[in-house]
Amino acid sequence: MRAMEQLAERWVERARAAGAEEAEVMVHESTHLVCQVRQGATEMLTEATSRSLQLRVFLDQRVARASSSDLRESTLESLVRGAVGRARLASPDDCAGLPQEFPAPPPPESLGLFDPEAAALAAEEGLRLARETERIGLSLDARVGNSGGAGCHRGRGQVWLANSRGFAGSYRATSLSLSLYLLGADGASHEQVSDYWYSATRTRAGLESPETIARTTVERVQRHFGARKVATQEAPVVFEPLAAAELLSDLFGAVTGEAVHLRRSFLAGALGELVAAEGVTIVDDGLMPGGLGTRPFDREGVAAQRTPVFENGVLRNYLCGTYSARRLGRKSTGNGTGNGEAPSNFFLAAGPYAPEAILGSVARGLYVTRLLGQGVNLVTGDYSRGAFGLWIEDGRFAYPVHEITISGNLRAMLAGMEMVGSDLEFRDQFAAPTVKIAVMTVAGT
Amino acid sequence: MSAQEFFQRVHGLDAALLERVLAEALARGGDSADVYVEYRRHTSVHLEETLLKETGESVALGAGIRVVAGEETGYAYTNELTLDALLGAARTASAIARGGKTAAMNLTPRDVPARYSAEEPPADGAWAQKSAFVRAADAAARAADPRVREVSATWNDEWRHLLIATSVGELVADTLPLFTFSVSVVAEDNGNRQAGLPVRQAGWKNRGLRAGIEAFSIQEAEALAREAVAQATTLLEAAEAPAGEMPVVLAPGTSGVLLHESVGHPLEADANRKKLSVFSGRLGETVATELCTVVDDATLPRLRGSLNVDGEGTVPLEPTVLIERGVLRAYLQDRLSARLMGLQPTGNGRRQDYTAIPIPRMTNTFLAAGTDDPEQILRSVERGIYCKAFSGGQVEPAAGRFTFSMHEAYLIENGRITRPVRGATLIGSGTDILQNIVAVGHDLVMDTGAWVCGKGGQGAAVGVGTPTVKIARMTVGGRR
Repeated sequence: MRAMEQLAERWVERARAAGAEEAEVMVHESTHLVCQVRQGATEMLTEATSRSLQLRVFLDQRVARASSSDLRESTLESLVRGAVGRARLASPDDCAGLPQEFPAPPPPESLGLFDPEAAALAAEEGLRLARETERIGLSLDARVGNSGGAGCHRGRGQVWLANSRGFAGSYRATSLSLSLYLLGADGASHEQVSDYWYSATRTRAGLESPETIARTTVERVQRHFGARKVATQEAPVVFEPLAAAELLSDLFGAVTGEAVHLRRSFLAGALGELVAAEGVTIVDDGLMPGGLGTRPFDREGVAAQRTPVFENGVLRNYLCGTYSARRLGRKSTGNGTGNGEAPSNFFLAAGPYAPEAILGSVARGLYVTRLLGQGVNLVTGDYSRGAFGLWIEDGRFAYPVHEITISGNLRAMLAGMEMVGSDLEFRDQFAAPTVKIAVMTVAGT
Repeated sequence: MSAQEFFQRVHGLDAALLERVLAEALARGGDSADVYVEYRRHTSVHLEETLLKETGESVALGAGIRVVAGEETGYAYTNELTLDALLGAARTASAIARGGKTAAMNLTPRDVPARYSAEEPPADGAWAQKSAFVRAADAAARAADPRVREVSATWNDEWRHLLIATSVGELVADTLPLFTFSVSVVAEDNGNRQAGLPVRQAGWKNRGLRAGIEAFSIQEAEALAREAVAQATTLLEAAEAPAGEMPVVLAPGTSGVLLHESVGHPLEADANRKKLSVFSGRLGETVATELCTVVDDATLPRLRGSLNVDGEGTVPLEPTVLIERGVLRAYLQDRLSARLMGLQPTGNGRRQDYTAIPIPRMTNTFLAAGTDDPEQILRSVERGIYCKAFSGGQVEPAAGRFTFSMHEAYLIENGRITRPVRGATLIGSGTDILQNIVAVGHDLVMDTGAWVCGKGGQGAAVGVGTPTVKIARMTVGGRR
């Protein structure tokens, strides 16, 4: 491990020696174990370790980058020389450059990123978990009889970052996931329906049990039996948490500093405005202990922080890396990738409503369980995506629906988020509770 | 230096060494094993806001070793091409094997056709030429219309040597070029403000070919930039798209993404073997109107999905007719699924890179030309949508529900294209769509856009194509 840390610092020095004014090197090492099981048998078992080095050099306010998975001296030397030589091709840009300051990041141990038990999970145990999850899933309902497979994935990795301004940092992290995909068909319609469920965490203790994942998957399949299309209409739309989390991931692209300074966001110029409904608070939190998006510092070495993006409906902050922060006259929020921005834990904060109360408020509308396709234009905010879900009548689920689209404009959708649920949980870097949007167009027949 | 010479001279990977690795992979049993070795160089040049923002270069090197036993696959990979590292990966991959005895055969080099240039990229990186492309696109876009506010242009290319050795004695090498040029613009209409801000729209065009820099020019960069501007400015005038079921006419070329999603993915053999697809068990059945013949063809010259050899050493490749005049004839097969289904491999075992196992994938997939006159097709529609450009699609193969998202589309009224509509998603089911294709034009176009297909976490460059097509009825996800 010491060797990898030295690798980062050594290549910063080498880049400087080759003529770079500033240099930054990130070294990454990760080990993956993938256990895939189907119909009780092992389908695939993959285990491997990979390494890579990424480099940025700056010269006269110009930047060049290079990366390699071949860490031999001769390859890296040639890439470093190439990058320093190429930097002059770029246009001078007074916003280019490394961060100026590096406030101390939180100690990695305080963030719950690494779990020795998760790190030690062996192939036998991964296969057992996957097999058990699938076995239970296929035993619960005769109609749910086919499996796309169950998978258990373990990742452990370490990052070393060093730059010519004296920053040197490192952290290690683990991740674990367990997932199941099932299919079923009921007697009435011979159409196959399918759905999945998964758990993803940093710790072994945090992983949902095979039983929970199996039961949830089966319930998710069962509720789609006999789905039909609905007539085209305007209606309230309730997003269940998994679908709402996808909405958050769409929204993230519109609050990055890069999208804003390039005018590629419908939220450019809206800072300080009441854009969303008053119950909407959206946060990017890089410090949340154990979060899948948690890290002590970003790819540029800037310490992680908790950034309110929307507070009670008001757009408070864009998420910036060093470059976009300089362009917008703001401060980096610790979301830099050296090439745009990445989320940490980006979520819609829990609201006051029980999910049942949200459902109960809808006389006639759609409950979205899955989304399909792209169809989000961040420049205009236009939103149109394929959907699966359940039709709501008089506050209750009436029947499942499929082959429909939901459309609207993200700005209006934010303003129309009239009820935010209390059921927030983190299954991904993006998370949201149940949320109701006052009105969208549902297109069907 | 050929790929085989490169791996032998630079990395010492000769046939004897690879045979040793294969023998180790099968030492604990298993039916077959293969080694996939890859060296990839990638370069990029990115411009935005008239500034040449950055250039990049990367190298990827590694080998993946696979052991197959029955339906089970063991896989491991390494960044180091030393004998020790390769033997270690072979042992890890063999963890799934038990019992049985399969001896690896001696390796014999196989002939590989040359459908694309294997020429090594210029030693100087051709950086000046690549920079000239992005600058030319920027200048052309800004000159095309005063409403253009932002332009970004990016050149990406890669050059990949690969070497595949299999336990049945095949030794196959290939060198694959690939480039992508993308230009994206934002146009702003100050005369039309909403919520206090000028109305903005984005337009984008890209080109991607299985070729090197010699296949692109300043003129093409400029032409793509002007097309992107025309798209953005057209969209500035666009009305809301309609919502509900109506006839849809697909423009030739990029609309092939519809076939890719609705038919291509559900015909992948892995999904069919596991009965996860709406087309499972339906070989020989009529699944589409007689007008539909769908082909996957890696042998077309220089397209994104063109290949000399697939990702598991299958050579020579041939076109695969998936649907012939409405009848389902074949699935897209890799070796594993073909063996388990008792069918022939079709050379569709593709892999993103050495970290990933081969899985059944499309190459260049298209709907064959029909006999209808494109003008007549339009004239037959009283009220519907004409789709010209797409931003992508997705399918859920179990029931075959798929979407594709139009970026540039027009209203058809009384047989004529009248006005542009804003982007929207279309949704349908693969089986219904094929039964609803009621006219197929004679104007087949293979698209040259930079399509990337995603499956199981792996990306792959693919080609799509279609003539003008009329779908009698499909749900359009607009707002009006």
